Amino acid sequence: MNLLRELGFLLRISHSHGIMRRYFVVNGFDGALTMLGLILGFIVTDRVPLPVVIGACLGATIALGVSGVSSAYLSETAERQRALSDLEEAMANSLQGSAHAQAARWVPLLIALVNGSAPLLISLLILTPLWLADAGIPLPLPALHMAMVVALLIIFLLGVFLGHVAGNSWWRSGLQTLLVALVTVGLILLLGT
Amino acid sequence: MSVVTRVLLDVLKPHDPSVLDLACALGNLGDYRVRVRVLEMDKKTETLEIEVAGADVDFEAIQTVIRDLGAALHSVDEVDVSGVTLAPDAE
Repeated sequence: MNLLRELGFLLRISHSHGIMRRYFVVNGFDGALTMLGLILGFIVTDRVPLPVVIGACLGATIALGVSGVSSAYLSETAERQRALSDLEEAMANSLQGSAHAQAARWVPLLIALVNGSAPLLISLLILTPLWLADAGIPLPLPALHMAMVVALLIIFLLGVFLGHVAGNSWWRSGLQTLLVALVTVGLILLLGT
Repeated sequence: MSVVTRVLLDVLKPHDPSVLDLACALGNLGDYRVRVRVLEMDKKTETLEIEVAGADVDFEAIQTVIRDLGAALHSVDEVDVSGVTLAPDAE
């Protein structure tokens, strides 16, 4: 509990809540759309064995996660170090050992974990119907179509979350992100067939 | 033996953590009465006058809290001290 309070304090003094939220949505959206694209590609291609689909999607999922963690960590570390140096200059004093130095060390790691885990978890969720089908569990729709429905649902929910953050109409925001996904589906179907 | 019962400090701190955070952190050190007055606000920093009063003020602990929160103690402007006569068996 103390650790959580400490992390909350570091996020507050570094004004990082908004950045984490933004990274979560942006990279989560990336993950969901990437999975949607891959799955649609397999639907259009037709007759691709399910283990091949799972392998390809899992590879993309891991790459998205690693890319999210590493890119956010490197960029955020640089930004936080710069902010710390600016603050030290304004204070005319070293801030080593202070809460600000701790924030410069730990906040990039937290942001990187959020940035990497968002696409990873969302993609794994989208892949769940494929695993279930591969394990022989019956689904109401073909596995790829079911995964596509899950992807569209998650994209809608990300929009709902954005609407909640902005204090706007949640369903309008959800429909906006869903529209982006449907445009993507349209483009893939148009170019892929 | 004497104990410090009040100190008045001149402190420079970044805008975050807030004045409230700093005052609460100092108040949590003991049964202290803390008063913080913002004297000046700059783009990234603010200058504060901090008064900490109590039966036995731990100045070292106050310095540590100030440093941990990224602030810098510029000067000790006032100090109140009380003399305490120790009982013979306490010596």
